[in-house]
Amino acid sequence: MTDHHETEVPMAAPDEAPRWLDRKANVTKVAWALYIVCAVVILLDFPIHRHADTSFDGNFGFYGAYGFIGSVMLVLVAKNILRRIVKRPEDYYDD
Amino acid sequence: MIEFPPGLLLILGALPVPFLRGPLRGIWMLALPVAAFALLYSLPDGNHFPISAFGQELELLRVDALSRVFGYVFIIAIFLGVIYSLHVRAVEEHVSGLIYAGAAIGAVFVGDLVSLFVYWELTAIASVFLILARRTPEALAASMRYLIIQVGSGVLLLAGLIVRWHETGSIEFGHIGIDGAGGVLILLAFGIKAAFPLLHNWLQDAYPQATPTGTVLLSAFTTKLAIYALARGYAGTEELIWIGVTMTAFPIFFAVIENDLRKVLAYSLNNQLGFMVVGVGIGTELALNGAAAHAFTHIIYKSLLFMSMGAVLHRTGTVLATELGGLYKSMPFTTVFCIIGGASISAFPLFSGFVSKSMILSAAAHEEYYFTWLVLLFASAGVFHHSGIKIPFFAFFAHDSGKRPKEAPLNMLIAMGLASILCIGIGVWPSALYAILPFDVDFRPYTDSHVLAQVQLLFFSALAFTVLIRTGLYPPELRCTNLDTDWLYRRLGRRLLVRITSAAGAVQARFYGALNRRGQRFLLQLYRHHGPQGVLARTWPTGSMVLWVALLLFAYLFLYFLDIF
Repeated sequence: MTDHHETEVPMAAPDEAPRWLDRKANVTKVAWALYIVCAVVILLDFPIHRHADTSFDGNFGFYGAYGFIGSVMLVLVAKNILRRIVKRPEDYYDD
Repeated sequence: MIEFPPGLLLILGALPVPFLRGPLRGIWMLALPVAAFALLYSLPDGNHFPISAFGQELELLRVDALSRVFGYVFIIAIFLGVIYSLHVRAVEEHVSGLIYAGAAIGAVFVGDLVSLFVYWELTAIASVFLILARRTPEALAASMRYLIIQVGSGVLLLAGLIVRWHETGSIEFGHIGIDGAGGVLILLAFGIKAAFPLLHNWLQDAYPQATPTGTVLLSAFTTKLAIYALARGYAGTEELIWIGVTMTAFPIFFAVIENDLRKVLAYSLNNQLGFMVVGVGIGTELALNGAAAHAFTHIIYKSLLFMSMGAVLHRTGTVLATELGGLYKSMPFTTVFCIIGGASISAFPLFSGFVSKSMILSAAAHEEYYFTWLVLLFASAGVFHHSGIKIPFFAFFAHDSGKRPKEAPLNMLIAMGLASILCIGIGVWPSALYAILPFDVDFRPYTDSHVLAQVQLLFFSALAFTVLIRTGLYPPELRCTNLDTDWLYRRLGRRLLVRITSAAGAVQARFYGALNRRGQRFLLQLYRHHGPQGVLARTWPTGSMVLWVALLLFAYLFLYFLDIF
């Protein structure tokens, strides 16, 4: 929802100095840091014996695989199925 | 010691607010929740305020462990809400906010269904002003839809309690269950406010339309009051597990494709309620503790998230993901607070959601509801995806919108800071929260395996997001309307109504047309005979009058002679 605003939102000055995250290479670094953390936490399954709540969640990498597959499924289903069904123009109800 | 209902204290305390000016108003409004907190703290368990009316006992102040948890967190929520809205000049927002909170707190401490009904409707009526105060046509329309549905919930509650009174002879608000018709009606009333699937859409419709400060309060009370009522009346009702499971899963799909970030939060609020409903449905001590604890932590982190988006709305006039991005550069504190809220709702270890949600998941696994457990786990990954990542990412990072709004006002920052402290404080020291739960807690959230499992789940969910974004598979944010069940009454129902009224209108027009034509003909006849030119309206000369009389007399005489009479 957009409100009417009397005062304009200030915009970036043309000579604004770029931030660390503005560089693509640094974003890639963040992504790589995440990949490494993921590898580490999944490998921790070896030294740390997870006490399983169910008969299946004790398997190696269960939570990682479930989290990854679940999230990808969620996004792809929402995008390719749900959005196709429910998406309408922004002013759909304005009549 | 004063024995007075803390909810009523807030409601009565709201009344002088319009007459207070300047800093005095702020001080008074901050003092009210503090006083209510002290009052509640001093009250021992028990039934303190019984009133006899129409042969029934009304219990206006029943304090026990379950009502106490919700009472405390509601008071915390209104305290944070007052700080957050101190800059707002519109007095009706302050008054309705305090009355709304007071009604919710009042409802938590009543011991009978009639008093519950009164407070239940008061929450509906007081809260609608928080939506109206936005003063846009959309907000007006949404507030009316909201009001109809909320009041409808109250009417169902009233019907249910009357039926139940008839069935059992009691209006006590204890365990209700779904054995009688009254119990089913009351469950339906609670289910509307708890946003059960298909009854949910008032939430996503109305909350994003309220003012920046109003949504913060709305997110705290109505739905959690319903969770409290469910925990009180329907603990262990197995059907609730299935309802709750559905609630955790389907809203997150809508959240992924939604552009309005406050609407995304409304969908994730719905999903979080699902966890609590599952906890109530399982109904064991661990599960009910989990539901209460999750309501407690949830109110704080959800308020925090709505506060951060409210600050963005306040400063930029929009919370559409398509219009935002890169705000971390000029709103760094709000960014950090939003991320803390996101980490809490995602149940990262050391944040509040972790110590409460894990109780519900453990309870599901203990009672061997494995399918439920799997869906809850999926929903946990999903909530991280859209609340933990999507909200901060699209508002504060993503593509730079070039907007450089000012940092949020100081009072907003203080409110967000306090909420953040509570989120982390509860996450790090859960024992204080566990101490006030309805049952004794024998649960350790921080075991190696709990922490590792949760960290793996969340980091791989983040990995999925990163991979999808970097490969371009992530759905682009679009300016659009996504249909939900509100389509039934905003489009289908409206179309039907238009069709019915136009058909009825045609019949009416034909009826009145015919009536009109007849009427006109009648009037014309009348005019012809009695009008200025009409035979019967002519002025007759006296002579012709006499002639007619003579003729009449002659006719009479003639008939007389004929001996007819």
